[in-house]
Order: sequence, then structure tokens, then C-alpha cells
Amino acid sequence: MITQPDQAALLLDMRDIQKRFAGIPALAGASLQVLPGEVHALIGQNGGGKSTLIKVLTGYHRRDGGQVLFEQRPFEVGSPHEAQVSGISTIYQEINLVPLRSVTENICLGREKRRRGLLDWSAMHAEAERLLSRFSIRIDVRRPLGDFNTATQQMVAIARAIGFSARLVIMDEPTSSLDEREVSVLFSVVRQLKAEGVSVLFVSHKLDELYEVCDRVTIMRDGHTVRSAAMSDIGKLELVAAMLGRDVAVVDGHATAFGARDRSRIGDVLFTAQGLSAGQSVRNVTFDVRRGEIASFAGLLGAGRTETARLVFGADRLKAGEMTMERASYHPERAADAIAAGMGFCTEDRKAEGIVPEMTVAENITLALLPKISRNGILNEDRQREIVARFIRDLGIKCSGPNQKVRELSGGNQQKVLLARWLAMNPKLLILDEPTRGIDVGAKGEIQRLILKLADDGLGVLMISSEIEEVMEGADRIFVLREGVSVAELEGQAANVEDVLAAMAHGGSPVEAAA
Amino acid sequence: MSDLATPSPANDAGARGFNLFGFLARYGTVIALMLLIAFNLGYTRNFATLQTLNVNLTQVCTIVIVAVGMTLVIATGGIDLSVGSLMAISGALAPMIFMGKIFPVGNTYLAVVVAMVVSIFVAGLLGLFNGWLVSRFRIQPIVATLVLFIAGRGIAQVMTNGNLQTFRVPQFQWIGLARPLGIPAQVIIMAVLVAAAAWALHRTVFGRSILAVGGNEKASELAGIAVARIKLAVYAISGLCAGLAGLVVIAINSSSDANLVGLGMELDAIAAVAVGGTLLSGGKATIIGTLLGALTIQLVRYTLLANGVPDAAALVVKAAIIAFAVWLQQQHRV
Amino acid sequence: MNSARLIGIVGTYGVVVALAALVLFGFLRYERFLGFFNVMSVLRYNSMFALVALGMCFVIMTGGIDLSVGSVAALGSVASALASPHGIAAGVAAGVGAGLAAGLINALLVTRANLMPFIATLATMLAASGSALLLAGNQSVSVSYDSGFTAIGQGNFWIFPIPAVIALVAYVVGSVVLNYTSTGRTVLAIGGGEDASRLMGLRTDRIKFLVYVASGCLAGLAGVVLASQFGAGQPIEGVGWELSAIAAVVVGGTLLTGGSGSVMTTLAGVLLLGILFNILNFENGLGWISLSAYWQSVIRGLFLLVVVLLQARLTGRRGSWPATTSGP
Repeated sequence: MITQPDQAALLLDMRDIQKRFAGIPALAGASLQVLPGEVHALIGQNGGGKSTLIKVLTGYHRRDGGQVLFEQRPFEVGSPHEAQVSGISTIYQEINLVPLRSVTENICLGREKRRRGLLDWSAMHAEAERLLSRFSIRIDVRRPLGDFNTATQQMVAIARAIGFSARLVIMDEPTSSLDEREVSVLFSVVRQLKAEGVSVLFVSHKLDELYEVCDRVTIMRDGHTVRSAAMSDIGKLELVAAMLGRDVAVVDGHATAFGARDRSRIGDVLFTAQGLSAGQSVRNVTFDVRRGEIASFAGLLGAGRTETARLVFGADRLKAGEMTMERASYHPERAADAIAAGMGFCTEDRKAEGIVPEMTVAENITLALLPKISRNGILNEDRQREIVARFIRDLGIKCSGPNQKVRELSGGNQQKVLLARWLAMNPKLLILDEPTRGIDVGAKGEIQRLILKLADDGLGVLMISSEIEEVMEGADRIFVLREGVSVAELEGQAANVEDVLAAMAHGGSPVEAAA
Repeated sequence: MSDLATPSPANDAGARGFNLFGFLARYGTVIALMLLIAFNLGYTRNFATLQTLNVNLTQVCTIVIVAVGMTLVIATGGIDLSVGSLMAISGALAPMIFMGKIFPVGNTYLAVVVAMVVSIFVAGLLGLFNGWLVSRFRIQPIVATLVLFIAGRGIAQVMTNGNLQTFRVPQFQWIGLARPLGIPAQVIIMAVLVAAAAWALHRTVFGRSILAVGGNEKASELAGIAVARIKLAVYAISGLCAGLAGLVVIAINSSSDANLVGLGMELDAIAAVAVGGTLLSGGKATIIGTLLGALTIQLVRYTLLANGVPDAAALVVKAAIIAFAVWLQQQHRV
Repeated sequence: MNSARLIGIVGTYGVVVALAALVLFGFLRYERFLGFFNVMSVLRYNSMFALVALGMCFVIMTGGIDLSVGSVAALGSVASALASPHGIAAGVAAGVGAGLAAGLINALLVTRANLMPFIATLATMLAASGSALLLAGNQSVSVSYDSGFTAIGQGNFWIFPIPAVIALVAYVVGSVVLNYTSTGRTVLAIGGGEDASRLMGLRTDRIKFLVYVASGCLAGLAGVVLASQFGAGQPIEGVGWELSAIAAVVVGGTLLTGGSGSVMTTLAGVLLLGILFNILNFENGLGWISLSAYWQSVIRGLFLLVVVLLQARLTGRRGSWPATTSGP
């Protein structure tokens, strides 16, 4: 289903790109064709391979196979800087400039203007102003970049790219931290680039934006390109379905280890959240979780799922909204408050926020439990051993023993260690953010069965997953989040995948969208 | 762009096969110490005597006492440059109290007890101040503790007006001079402190929390650990240790010179910690390792001196050992 | 003008204002404070510290630190004292050469062995100190008075002390390098974000290498001045210089985390800390109150505390420490 534009006219032509990390394919036959002067959307779920594809293109990674033509010539670069000099500039999400330095320096460093051997500041300031004025931006270029808001910083990054006379500008989720007004400024810049014949590769998860600004789209899944089409030829629903790998027409059998549930085990309401908001990422989220229930957030990347979970757990500060836990008003100031209220939180980013890599399996499992297995601050070794042994056995954690360093375990076993950390606390509500991400298939099934068993035992579970099957088959109720707003509540298992996808894509019910 | 499955060869480094760097990083200090002892037994005259042992232990004592606190600070990912200055303050304050310069003393025993408690406590408070700067204002530890490094010695000098305080108060000086059962008292103090800290680091909630904070601060916060309190505590403990070490030093010398007490101690302590195998980035610490590290550095110096190499050359060797030990750790972890 | 910007300006130029206030205070209070003799001796004495602080300033702006400067200066003083009988040039070459060697070791340890600057320069500090003692045979080495070597420390250029002239020239050169060369801007960019700088295609390792070498050379030069000024190479001098230099740099408004700083305000920082000492002397000379000279460390510490707290307030939120970041 890959439409091939006229080859001779292509600006960038990547074909059959292969890339493996430690033997595991990250890209398996990915392709990407960009026309001159077009805005091209690149979308896909996490792990779909779009980041890797971009990093291969910009020389950050060396490809294992395939062919890259840029302006009809083979394109081989060894670093992002070489790529930039050759005409491909990347504007990263976390902007890769130096906030402490002036706007001028950020635009001109690496190709300074000199007069008699010394830097010619007035010429450089003028150059910076000239580049920015093309986007109708007039700021004091002498001031540090960090003084300006994210949108302006992005404009500076773009100006730097243009200054290196880029023919292709890659923008990685450029709008994720912009407000509406800033987004519209960015879009006018994108359109202007296009008018000047510069192509833009636009990575975003906000579908409305793609339709607003992009001409064509390439969709990636599991390391290869599944579809490439003009934006006008593809509907939102089709787009989401292609991205998630779900043919809208077909609902196949079970893809996960989640089985049918005895819904009579679901009890009364455990936790409620009403109108949660905190800045751009979470604007208005309402949901509740019952005892013995698996509630799930569905949504695209950037819909505010993780951010909402962090609010619930007290890891970030709430701006507005009400929460109750076991019918009592609940206002967490920090994670410790959430823990005291009976919550556990398995984070999405295992490495950065979950495991303590230098510590042992036993120490990681008991990290939150410390106050409960100690008296007067002294650890009860026997209780620790006993609890750790029980969880290693019950969860089937594969390790050489409780004293093995956690960093030596596989991803799946690290995840089980984290699950054990919270289960050992005997929580009432367990928040699982992407519990099966980056885990091999076997371990995935084990964890899914475990989640099911926990719910059967009466635990309230809030599960966030980007895998639509997991949500469809695992959840008792599905809350669909879209751009920071909870837009739909659907019965799980009974729900139609079309309804969920439609809510993710359009925000309303499928009926509304069709109308 | 973070969903990268970057391969990390270090992950299975410890799991299978023999890893030279890993082995050396882990047992290097012990091996070095044993080699040194073997060498000395063979080549240094009168090495295997109780006196040699006592000389080396006595010299290394104050470094170890300070390094114990330093290990805890470094385990959280911090550093404490102020220890030498805090030693000077407690070393200046104690004699002022038991010699009756601040208030009249009736009972010498009482005065000595008050002097010890107050001066160690003051050093602890100043350590707490370091911790406050680090945890409340998120100031880099190296700068936060630089403040007291500079001001601290000045405070001690101002207190004593830079004068040497000499004294002969056996009730106080037992901590530096007494030899119960033939073992120098400060060696006993050091041993007790090392044992207590080693035990606390691995057997208490506090110790576990220290390692967790240094190992992954975000994860610790999410696991409900009071990160800020832990940081406050380790700097306070480092201050207390420095205060104690200051008292031991002046007790040995029978005098207190605010210009000299604890001078350069921060570097000796950090060196002992680094050579002992504690990760300078935090998260992995060993008190026994610190003891061994300090002993190794001390024994290298002793060996060189006993074999006619000048003290200055020993410094150069010490530098090489520190650089090598840290480099070795990095090879293991990359 | 928002408050962050205001604090930024205070942080950058506060040291200049404080210095001016202190000078004015001294001028009004003490008869001979701005007298020729006093001014010249303050400048002569503080030029060694100024040289060391200049190198430190560049290292810190890259986000690094150089703990070895004090003992490298001691080593430089010994080397130049030993070479002084062969003339001024030999003395200077020996001192700076010793500093260069130490700087090279630092640079290699940091950029090649990837050691943390703190540890790398700590090791060099010990090694340099040991080497100085070895070279000097554990005692100070008197310089030759016949070869004219002492002119560097004790002589005058027109009416100005030569060491002060040397320091001033070094600062002017340093300021030009920082503000008008791509090397200087890269130094700041590295400190502001090393990964970002690398992605921008800047040669980060090469520049880092350069600053450690430069810091070593400047410390060596400070050693030459030390030997020449006091007539002897002093192997045990320089203890604590590194931290005083760090304090001067920070008080001068350079961010300790790197990425922002200024050469000339560092000089103001050095002078500020130096004049405090001078004022204490005058105060005691008046005889009204007796403040011990030791107060200077306490006051230095307090200055550092204030500056560091100001910096923390700023870097804690979005906002800028420097009031302006680029040249004119």
C-alpha cells in the first residue's frame, strides 16, 4: 500500500532500511520518500521505529542495510553535524541548543562571522535578526536563549537550521510543549519553509495538527513502513488503525493473555478523579476505579495518560480538580502520601524512575516496604528474605538469587521486580504505566496474567498501555484520553475497537465523528 | 526520541564469564593491600611488629573517621569539602570550653564531657547547614560545602584569634593518648565507628535509603523515601564525624592550632573513599572499602618511607593510585 | 524588566558595585587607603591569585574544575627558582613549562581517560605538590638575585608593578579570547550543554583540552611571580589557592555549573576578596576595634554564600543568570 511518487522528483529516498540492536531488529525494511517543498508526517507508536529511522538518516546510528538517496545522490553521514552540513537539520523535542547562551550564539556557533580574525558581533547579530525576521520574529538576539519561551526557542533552532541552508528540516514532536497560539506561529513558519522549497519531516502524535499542516504521511509499525499516502486520501480512523496495526474491519481472536473476566468480582468505587488539570498536558480528566477492576487509559502518545497517573500518585503537582480515595478526600503532596493512601505506581520509564540499578533484587523489591519490615529503623532480615523469596517465587522472577544486581536482569524481570515492590506493600490501587513495554512475548503474557489475578483478588488496577490489544482485552473499563481531556468512557471487552479508535482519533463518539 | 533499544554490554558483564575490570574494581583494594603487606614482610625491617601496626593505625585513624561520613555523603551522590574546616572548629571550640575560656569550669570531668558534646554537636549543626543548602536550594554539593570550607577555618581562627591553644588535660586526651588493652583509644573509636556505619549502611532503613537516593533519586522519591531528609542527615553525620576527628587530632597533639587542624583532610578522605571502591557518582558504597582504601594509601606511604623513598615521592604515587582506582571503576561500569 | 533579569544583573555586575563600594568605604575611612603605596602593593600581591583565577574561570565555564592550580603554582615557583640563575627567560620558561606539563596531564585525564575533572585534578594536585617538594628538596629554594629574575615580581613597569601588568595583559587577552573568538564562545557553549554543543558540531574535546592546559600554564606563571616576588621557590605554598580561586570566580558571577561567565568580573572578584583583607588591616590600624585578619575568610565565605544562593534562585527556574551574554 505504499504509493510511489515520481522518483526523479524525490528529495529524500530511503529504501529497505535495516537496523538491529544486539540482534533485535529495530528497523526491518523501513522506507521513506519525501518530495521537495512538502510537509511530510511521520507517525507510529512507540517502538514503531520512527526515532530509529530518523537517527539512521542523521548519522546518529549506522544502518545495517538499505539505501539512502538525498537529492538523488547516495547520502552517507557519520554524525548529526555532518547531516546538518549536508542539508538535513533536526530540531529535537528537547531542543538541542544552549539555553544559557545568546540567541545569536545559538544561531551562529560553528559558522561565526569574523573580521580581522576576531568575531564580528554586529554582523552576527544582524545575521541572527535577519534569519528570525523571516518568521516575523523580532526579539533581542543578545539575550540568552533560555529567556524565551519554548516556541521562540524552536524558532531559533529552525533559524539555525536554515542558516546552515537546510533542504530538509526534521521536527520531532515540535508542538508537544506549545500552547495554541504558539502552535499557530510554528505552523506559519512551517508553511513558509514549504513556500521557500524547504521540506519538513513532521513527527507528531496530534492528528488534528497533521491534517492541518502536512501534505503526505508515512506510517510505521514494528520497524517497517506500513503505509504512505497523501493526507487527503486517508481518514483519521484509518490512520490510527494503520498505526496500531488493527484493521478496522477485522476483530481477530485474543492477542494477549488477558482472558474473560467474572465481572461480578468488581466491587464498589475505590478511587475517583474529577476534572484533573495541570498545564498543557492534562487539561480535564475525569475517571474512577473500582475495587477488583482493571480500568485503562487509552490514547495516543501525548494524550496525557502518564501525566495523569503522575498527578494521581503525587509525583507532580495538581493545578485543579478533586480526587477521592476510599470515599475520603485525597490530596497528595508527594509520592509518600499516595503510598500511605494505599497506592502503588509502576512507572513507564523503568530505568530512569523505577529500578535502582546498583541495588540487588531484594533491595529493589523492598525499597518502598522499608518502614514496614523494620523496627526502630533496623531492618528485619528474616522478614525481608521471606517476602523477597515469596515474590521471586510467585512472580517467577528469573534471577540467580535475591542478591543479584537488578541491572543484570532482563527487562521483563526488572518489571516483575517493580511489580513486586508495590505488591509487597499490599496496595489497594495499583497504577501500571506501560507494564509490558520492552518485554519479550513470554514475559508479557505472564505479566498480563498476573494483572488479571491481582484484580481477581480485589485490587483496583489502573493500566496505561499503548498496545490497543492490551487495553481492549484486559480492561473492564476504558477511559479514552485525547490531548489531555478524557473524551469517552467505554465498557471494556464488550467495547468495539472501532469505538475506541474513533474516540482516540476524533475525540467524540463514532456517531458524532461520522456525522 | 527515547525508545531506543541501545545495547548495553555492561549489563551482562557480571553475569557470565570472567571480567578482569570487574574483578579488579571489586577486589583491587584488597589485593593491593595484601601485596603491600607481603612486600613489607619480605623487604621492610621490623614490619611484623605491634608497633608498626599501631603507628599505621594511629596515623590513619582521623582520616578514616572523617572518611566514614564522607562515604555516606558520596553514597548519596554528594561530596563534602568542609570536613577539614569543621575539624578546625570543633578542635578550637573544645579546649575553649574545658579550659574555662567561655564559662568557668568547676568539675573537669563535666567540662570535658560538655566540651566534647558541644563541639561535636556544633560541627554536626554546620554539617546540617551544608545539607540544607544542598537539599533545599539544590546547590551543587561541591559549591555548597565550599562555603564552609572557606568560612569554617576562618571561624575557628577568629574564635582562637589564630593562637595556639596548648593544654594537658588527661580526662580529655584519653581519646588520643589512652591505650586500653594496649590498643590506642582512637583506633577503638575508629573501629567502633566503622563497624557501626558498615552495619547501618546495610542493615537499617536509613542506610538502604542512602544507597537508594544515590542510586536513583527519582525512583527513591517515587518509592516514598524522604530524599531531602536523607541528604540533610548524611551531611550532618559527616559534620559529626569531622567534629569527632578534630577532637582526636588535638588530643594527640596536646594542642589546637586552628590554622592546621584538618588541613587538606577533605582530599585525604575523598581519596580513601575513591580508592576503597565507593562510586563517586553515588549509589554504591562500602565502609569497609573506605577503611581498606585509607589503609592502602597509608601503607603505600609507610612502605615508601620505610624503604628510603622521600615523602614527596609518596604523594606522586598516591596521586597515581587515586587516578588509577577511579579509572578502573569506570572501565567496569561503562 | 522581570525579577529574574534583575537578579541576573545583580549577579553579574553586583561584584563590580560591591568592589566600588568597598573602595569608596576604604577611601572615606582610611587616610592612606588610596595612597600610591597601598594601591600598588595590593595589586602586586593579588596578581598571582588573579592569574590562577583566570585559568580557573575558563575551566569552570566549560563546566569543569581544576583543583590542582595551587600546587601547580608551587611547582612552578620551585622550577623557576631553580632555573633563575640562567636568566629571566629561563626562569619564566621553567615555571610555565612545569605548569604546562601539569595542565597536559589534567587535559589527558579529563578528555582521554574520561575521569571526572574533580578527581583528575585532585590527583594532579597531589602529584604536583609531591614533585615540587622533590625538586626543592623539601625546603624553599632561593632565587638568583644576579640574573634579574626578581624583577618579574618586584620590579615596576613605569610606575606599575610588573606582576600587575602581567595579570592585566593576561586578563585582556583572556577577555578577547572569550568574547571575540570562536574558541571562547565554544568554551561557554560546552558549559551550557556539552551534548548539545557536540550535536552542533563543536569540537568539545579539543576545547576542553585547551582550557586545562591554559589553566596549568597560568598557574605555572603565577608560580613564577610567586618565586620572583618573595625571592624563593616555595614548594608548600599554594595550599587552598584553588578554592580561593573558585570563590573569586563564583563571586565574579561565573556560574559554577558552567555556560556563563565573564573574565573581567572575575578580576573584580579577585580584587574584592583581596581588598577585604587590606581593609581589615587598615581597620586594625585605626585601633578603634580590633578585628583579626582571620575575619577575611569568614567574610569571603559569606560572599560566596550570598552569590551561590542568588545563583540557585535563578537556575532553579527559567531565567538567566547573565544579564548579557555576548560581546558588545
